[in-house]
Amino acid sequence: MGDRTLTRMDLSEAVFREVGLSRNESAQLVESVLKHICDALAAGETVKISSFGTFSVREKGARVGRNPKTGEEVPIQPRRVLTFRPSHLMKDRVAAGNRR
Amino acid sequence: MIRSELIQKIAEENPHLFQRDVERIVNTIFEEIIEAMARGDRVELRGFGAFSVKKRDARTGRNPRTGAAVEVEEKHVPFFKTGKGLRDRLNGEG
Repeated sequence: MGDRTLTRMDLSEAVFREVGLSRNESAQLVESVLKHICDALAAGETVKISSFGTFSVREKGARVGRNPKTGEEVPIQPRRVLTFRPSHLMKDRVAAGNRR
Repeated sequence: MIRSELIQKIAEENPHLFQRDVERIVNTIFEEIIEAMARGDRVELRGFGAFSVKKRDARTGRNPRTGAAVEVEEKHVPFFKTGKGLRDRLNGEG
């Protein structure tokens, strides 16, 4: 099982190999894909990428939290959180690839 | 937003590229992330988030209908943790 960490560089390298644009332009395209996803999510939209997964924004209400170290109560403001739900295809491929 | 709308936006910003190349570019990015996780690797995209694989131990489950015990094998599931930059943006701080 691998334990490597891939970054933007690896994704742009893959784009470079696949399409044959310059390395610089490949990197810019990776960046703009991520930017468009972020923009849509920041606008409260759900981003659904078929056979990959769905990113959705959930509203969380205010609640009283606790500082685990001091036990002190702290109010937690209402906030928006992102959840990612992987597609069946992703789940199946990840499960199959990591099976011993 | 769905995959085809994402492709459309990228195509509009890059009029010098063929639509089919934009499709290949977008598909390659998602494909690369899935392949990495299928190998057990992590994909860390600063400001966006990190895709990783979590191990779920084998356990004895139950068929909720019949109550019969069933052995559930160890498995690996995809996991995404939102990056700080994006988390802050969702809450209007950045």
